[in-house]
Amino acid sequence: MLLTVAVFLPAVVAAALVAMPRLTGPTANRLWVGASLAELVLVGWMWWRFDQGSGAGGVTDGLAFEADVRWIPTVDAGYHVGVDGLSLPLLALTAVLFLAVGIWSLRQTDRPRLHAAAFLFLETACLGTFAALDLILFFVFFDLTIVAMYFVIAGWGHGNARRSALKFFLYTFVGSLALLVGFIGLFLGGETRTFDMVALAQDPPLADSPVAGGLVLLAIGIGLAIKTPVFPFHTWLPDAHTDAPAAGSAILAGILLKLGTYGFIRIAMPILPEAWQRWAMVVVVVGVVSVLWGALVALAQTDVKRMIAYTSVNHMGYVLLGLGAAGLAADADPQARSIAITGAVYQMVAHGLLTGALFLLTGVLWSRGRTYALDRWGGLARPAPVFAALFAVSAFGALGLPGFASFIAEFQIFTGALQAAPVATVVAVLGILITAGLFLSAIQRLLAGPTVIPQDDDPTESLQPAPAEQRVPDGGTTTLARPGIAVGMPDLRRSELVAIAPLLVLAVVLGLLPRLLLEVIEPAAVVVAGLVAR
Amino acid sequence: MSAAAGVLITLISTPAAVGAALLVGGRRADRLASLVAVVTAVLGLVGATVVLAQRPEASLPFLGLVDGGDLRFAVDGLSAVLVGLVATMSFLVTCFAVADLPHDAARARFFGFFLLFVAAMLATVTAVTLPALLIGWEVMGATSYALIGYRWQDAGKLTAGTRAFLTTRAGDLGLYVAAGAALAGTGGLVLADLPTSDGGWQHVAAAGILVAALGKSAQLPFSAWLSGAMQGPSAVSALLHSATMVAAGGYLLLRVQPLLEATGWAAAAAAWIGALTALVLGAIAVAQRDLKQLLAASTAAQIGFVVLAAGVGAVAGGSAQLLAHAAVKAGLFVAAGAWLTSLGTKQLVGLRGAARRHRGVGAAATVAALALGGIPPLSLWASKEEVLAGVDGAALRVVGFAASALSAVYAARMLTVLLAPPTGAEPLDDEEHGTRRVPVAVSTIAIVLAVFAAGLGALALPPVADSLSAVLLSQEGSAPALSELLLGGLLALVAFGATLVVIRTRPAVLPVLERSALGSWAGLGHLLSARPALSLARALERVDDQVIDRVVMGTATAVRSGAAQLAGADGRVVDGAVRGVAGAFRRAGALARRPQTGLLHQYYVQAAAGLGVLLALLLAVR
Repeated sequence: MLLTVAVFLPAVVAAALVAMPRLTGPTANRLWVGASLAELVLVGWMWWRFDQGSGAGGVTDGLAFEADVRWIPTVDAGYHVGVDGLSLPLLALTAVLFLAVGIWSLRQTDRPRLHAAAFLFLETACLGTFAALDLILFFVFFDLTIVAMYFVIAGWGHGNARRSALKFFLYTFVGSLALLVGFIGLFLGGETRTFDMVALAQDPPLADSPVAGGLVLLAIGIGLAIKTPVFPFHTWLPDAHTDAPAAGSAILAGILLKLGTYGFIRIAMPILPEAWQRWAMVVVVVGVVSVLWGALVALAQTDVKRMIAYTSVNHMGYVLLGLGAAGLAADADPQARSIAITGAVYQMVAHGLLTGALFLLTGVLWSRGRTYALDRWGGLARPAPVFAALFAVSAFGALGLPGFASFIAEFQIFTGALQAAPVATVVAVLGILITAGLFLSAIQRLLAGPTVIPQDDDPTESLQPAPAEQRVPDGGTTTLARPGIAVGMPDLRRSELVAIAPLLVLAVVLGLLPRLLLEVIEPAAVVVAGLVAR
Repeated sequence: MSAAAGVLITLISTPAAVGAALLVGGRRADRLASLVAVVTAVLGLVGATVVLAQRPEASLPFLGLVDGGDLRFAVDGLSAVLVGLVATMSFLVTCFAVADLPHDAARARFFGFFLLFVAAMLATVTAVTLPALLIGWEVMGATSYALIGYRWQDAGKLTAGTRAFLTTRAGDLGLYVAAGAALAGTGGLVLADLPTSDGGWQHVAAAGILVAALGKSAQLPFSAWLSGAMQGPSAVSALLHSATMVAAGGYLLLRVQPLLEATGWAAAAAAWIGALTALVLGAIAVAQRDLKQLLAASTAAQIGFVVLAAGVGAVAGGSAQLLAHAAVKAGLFVAAGAWLTSLGTKQLVGLRGAARRHRGVGAAATVAALALGGIPPLSLWASKEEVLAGVDGAALRVVGFAASALSAVYAARMLTVLLAPPTGAEPLDDEEHGTRRVPVAVSTIAIVLAVFAAGLGALALPPVADSLSAVLLSQEGSAPALSELLLGGLLALVAFGATLVVIRTRPAVLPVLERSALGSWAGLGHLLSARPALSLARALERVDDQVIDRVVMGTATAVRSGAAQLAGADGRVVDGAVRGVAGAFRRAGALARRPQTGLLHQYYVQAAAGLGVLLALLLAVR
């Protein structure tokens, strides 16, 4: 019941917002923050009370806050939700990130009521996907996220927003159709004819028909690969990000991408263990190619938002590497495979926090200068030191520096995967060098050097001539003002700071005290490593 | 956790926490920063004394599921030496920085990163498990980036930091791989278990650690980043070249010496790379015209002896070399920094007679430079001989002695300039506006370091060396015989003297050297260029845009045009059939309407014709 309340609370508030057309903008924005705060409290309470019972790790037993209601009895699809070590971190991430985005949007003036409603509806869809333990329920929530994000991009995006939104919608919708085909395959392949994930994981369907199992995995794999996204299904991502509003980008990268990777670990691995083992090497290769492709293409970008979007492809590649290596049961011991899975789940959380922060920071650039082009900005550490500090911290977090959550994730993925897939892992490790290079070069171009700020009124003229040595009368002497301080880049506003800084603080806390999160993830990872080796 | 273990954790975490607090404080904390940094450094000295006496082991929970996933730190003999070194050097260099930084400098940022840097080194040298090691190791690299790029406003400074971080991180990748190999080979992440790992994993781990250490220590082929690292403030150079960063690589190889030996090839590789670095970078040092560049090249060369020591198993000698070099190099960088602040230049041309202008610093620098040249009875002479005494194999020995002689050559080259009587026509202030004075505090620090530089030679002399070896390894070391010591000293003196003579009689040699490839670091900077990666990146980006995305959009376009064609077909064929039927009926209706003319005579005719037809039909049927 608690879980159901937590899932639907945002949607109820969203409905209320839609139903009250006379609500003022600031009230709507505050209502959103209040609802997100309540949501965070609920999820925090669930974390506090999270108890799986001794020996149970989740996935097939020990699911907390479980609810199971008959829904479509003819196909045994039900409203079955529950929480375990795989979903709880992502539920918490969702609550945190939506709150941050809500605070960020406190100054939203463009149709704020509908804006808040769209995001709150999206929050319910995301929470529902992570909580679902029934394939049909999962599919419904999964599709609703696409719908909600389409409206966010098309309604509040900039540039070529409608086209990008349409591309996003159609591409990921095609993916979700492949997913549905796969789910129907699971339904038909099982002996008990059910859509219930727990039942399917306990008694995996298609265990002794490798061709059918492989085809069903292919359908599910393509569906999730488009959502994740991995090479070569990733090209919707940079367009969607470039034209999405900052808040939408933060959610898109922070939460929506995780729906794909979460699907792999929640559905593909436990329910199709035999097929996953058989095709694990393909998953590993796709992961490694995504790692390198994402990193290298990001390195070549001249637009900071596209660059960050491509690093998401890179970071999700690590997740696939870890999950694929966990399927190579013959080549590695269970301990190593559990560590790889733990790292993959940790990566989802770490990437959500850090990329969320990075996209909000690019939103600062957009709000000041209406451009993301790297060559239109420079030396921002002078006029905007707080922005510069937060950008540098997020960049170092995203490149996997120890002390940040991303290090815990990547370290575990690499150490866990090396035994099973040595060559692939050694190649993938190169990815952290390339991301280091691209983030450092972005820092150098945006923050250091002479200050360059685009002028609002003339988008073709990129350089604002820096005011030369201003002579200020100062007690008879002349003070040499530092050249190049332009007026167009005010530093972070309070709402921006309050939205971004906690994400980074969390990323550091989870990097220094990983037990907080690992205590939850590790038992589930061990269970998944056991299930996939069946 | 025992009290001593608590002290060890505090020793590492205090500078980290204080550093982070200073960074968060930003410019508001500038005024307090110097005081806070000095107090923290003093506390570090106290803490180091305690852990040296107690030798504790401490563990913090970190990763689960695996032995060695925790953050475990311990102080054994080798760590004790390094902890003492780091605490002492960081204290002295902190004092130097307080005196040397300009008044309006962003001190909170400087000391914040500086303290984090020190904490990372302390974590590195006490780490027992791989996660603990990697945290210290990588944070050290990142903070060195921030310190080298401290004056980010000036063009190129941050670039040098970027280069340092990327080069060392390229090496760090080896440590990630080594951690995976440790897990696969030993089932845990404990550093000391590595030599027992099974199968090929032992080799993978050794290779990974070797690469990581070579990167950090600026050994071949990674050396070039050290040249750019000179962009940082002098205090950063003084610490980065003595007790941290470059020292970390040497330390790590000494730490995993049993692993290197167990694999066979890795020990030999380390020995040769170390010896060759000592030789090549020694030659590069001779050809420099910038004092800081000369010192930088000599750092890589001197750490080469440590790497050589790890390769040949002379752990005691390697540790002594690390200690002695740290004191010598910190002293020289303090002197170089003092002159840079005072005279505004670090070019050797401008520094002619610098040692005479400021006598306290000058005397200290002279002693340190003589020690750097391996002149007996100063420290590096003894430690280097101890390392070389452990070398088997004639070829390696020859390379080692040649490199040793080269260090006397560059020391002599430096001293001929510094000690020459100033002409008064030196080009000064080419870097910054000099203050023409050296604070007493700076001279004092330089002199203290020079005393260490002179005295630490005792470490390698037979009676002390044996006990040091006992401390480090709990076994007898291979202290050099007296004859070897004297022979090495003689070699250094001869090389030193010969250099003086050559420079006196043939001064034209120097410009030739400076213009040679050696003067520009022998092109090492191009070796690890990012250019191929960048062009590959651009090519892939084009593929991404013009092939992969084109396929996607092409599919969409194809669906649309297919749909349009279907729509056309729909209109033409399907709807056409419907319309055709309708048209036929309409035409039939029109035809049927024709006879309905309303004219009576025509109806009669029609009736007559009809009756006629019926009659004909009747007749025909009948």
